[in-house]
Amino acid sequence: MALLEVEDMVLSFSGLEVIRKLGFSVETGTIASLIGPNGAGKTSVFNCLTGFYRPDSGQITFNKRSIRRLKPHKITQAGMARTFQNLRLFKSMTVLENVMSGMHCRTSVGAMGAVFHTQSQRREEELIRLVSEECLSFVGLLDKKDRHAGNLPYGDQRRVEWARALATKPKLLLLDEPAAGLNHDEKQELIELILHIRNELGITILLIEHDMGLVMKVSEKITVIDYGKKIAEGSAEEVQNNPKVIEAYLGSEDEAL
Amino acid sequence: MNTSSNTSMVANIANWLQHQHNRLVVLLVMAALAMFFPLIANNYMLEVLTNAWFYTILCLGLNIVVGYAGLLDLGYAAFFAVGAYTTGILTSQFGVNFWLTIPAAVFCSMVAGIIIGGPTLRLRSDYLAIVTLGFGEIVRIIARNLEITGGASGLIGIDRPYFFGIELSQGIHFYYVFLILAIIACFVSYRLQNSRLGRAWQYVREDEDAAEAMGINRVGVKLYAYVIGAMFGGVAGAFFAVKMTAISPETFTFSQSVLILLGVVLGGMGKIPGVIIGAFALVLFPEVFRDLGSMRMLVFAIVMLVIMLYRPEGIWPRGKS
Repeated sequence: MALLEVEDMVLSFSGLEVIRKLGFSVETGTIASLIGPNGAGKTSVFNCLTGFYRPDSGQITFNKRSIRRLKPHKITQAGMARTFQNLRLFKSMTVLENVMSGMHCRTSVGAMGAVFHTQSQRREEELIRLVSEECLSFVGLLDKKDRHAGNLPYGDQRRVEWARALATKPKLLLLDEPAAGLNHDEKQELIELILHIRNELGITILLIEHDMGLVMKVSEKITVIDYGKKIAEGSAEEVQNNPKVIEAYLGSEDEAL
Repeated sequence: MNTSSNTSMVANIANWLQHQHNRLVVLLVMAALAMFFPLIANNYMLEVLTNAWFYTILCLGLNIVVGYAGLLDLGYAAFFAVGAYTTGILTSQFGVNFWLTIPAAVFCSMVAGIIIGGPTLRLRSDYLAIVTLGFGEIVRIIARNLEITGGASGLIGIDRPYFFGIELSQGIHFYYVFLILAIIACFVSYRLQNSRLGRAWQYVREDEDAAEAMGINRVGVKLYAYVIGAMFGGVAGAFFAVKMTAISPETFTFSQSVLILLGVVLGGMGKIPGVIIGAFALVLFPEVFRDLGSMRMLVFAIVMLVIMLYRPEGIWPRGKS
């Protein structure tokens, strides 16, 4: 069963079509990838899915529900979490506080509860802390929870973003170039982490990536887009041998590999 | 040399205050000082300090908007005006008991917060600042032109309230009224700051898009800050009206809004002790240097410039990292 289904999605910026009648789907419990050369419109697709851009037409169905007109926070609430290509942490706050942001949409106490420290408020704060610490220990950062997020090394900052996304208790996790800026060892850890999240937490994953090696290793289904259009779809081998894909990547393929 | 040793001293004190226990001791000592101060003070000193507590409430209210949620508001005096006029009109023209007008003042300032915030909070920082500036002026000009608000001369003869049979009319009465209100304002600010809502404000202030991606309703959370900030202003305004017994539109000018904002920025946005220091600096400085005559505002301006140049994050230091 498809957890996410995109049909005929069109997005244009002042007349220029960035995404052209794109359609693809992500099955529940799989790891899927969206790849394509630079400027193919991958991040735009993510921004449409998460509500940051509003597509001109088309259908986006997530968990049997149309989410095309929803605001970003509603989409997160519906169970879709994302990470950003260039890190977007709350830099002056602690690692734990960063991760606690994910639990915001799963909790509800407001100003009154905060001022009077009601019992439900205290219980909820405890729960937020507990879940956030679990997420941190899952990505292996629990010992750094009181550090300021902005002072961590790059690789760790990435992990904070992951933990933060996990704390929203997502059904689908969108990863925007998770391997960007990581060294070889960190990439190996990343692959393990991605598999770990799917296998242990049962979270479906959709990733955008430039690093072909990584994509080929983890994804069960790959969708290739170019100029906002789908040009190929299938398993790693099928995509690799597709002449259209080779053509789209020609010239940059040796670098990408 | 002198400034560096001063700043390290401030930092040391701040570090020492990080401990819950130490903080409690200091708070109790300060509360006791504030409580017993009227025993030794003359009327002039009492009046000045009452004013300082009054500005503390206003600055703490604005701090929720500017410091916590990161929204620049140049028209905060409007909320203070709405509270003052609500109480003024209800008591002087409809004979309503003062204590019953407080909920009405809070309600009206909240509504004012929703009216200004609802349509404008989608705007980003600079644009929002301009709109709030306009709103502040609109409220003042409405007050100037309506009959019910007494026009340009304002409302006079607002009755003094009774508290268990005692008429609150002496300086010392209002000293305690505003001291208690300031303590409540501190308490509410502190609780809010360390809550789910307080963190949401911080997330939105740091990175709106990321906060939204984490499932935080950006506009809703900002509106919350606006409305709570407006409530602080409304309560302060209600008590201001009965303390002065007269209010006029000229109390709520743009420069009043700027003054309150100044207290917040000077002391340190988002930090409760900083904001209190800012409010006190605002009130005490012109009084302490009264001898300078008309030069004192100039000196005040220079001092502020220097503080902002050397401590752009305010007098109170940031928490340890």
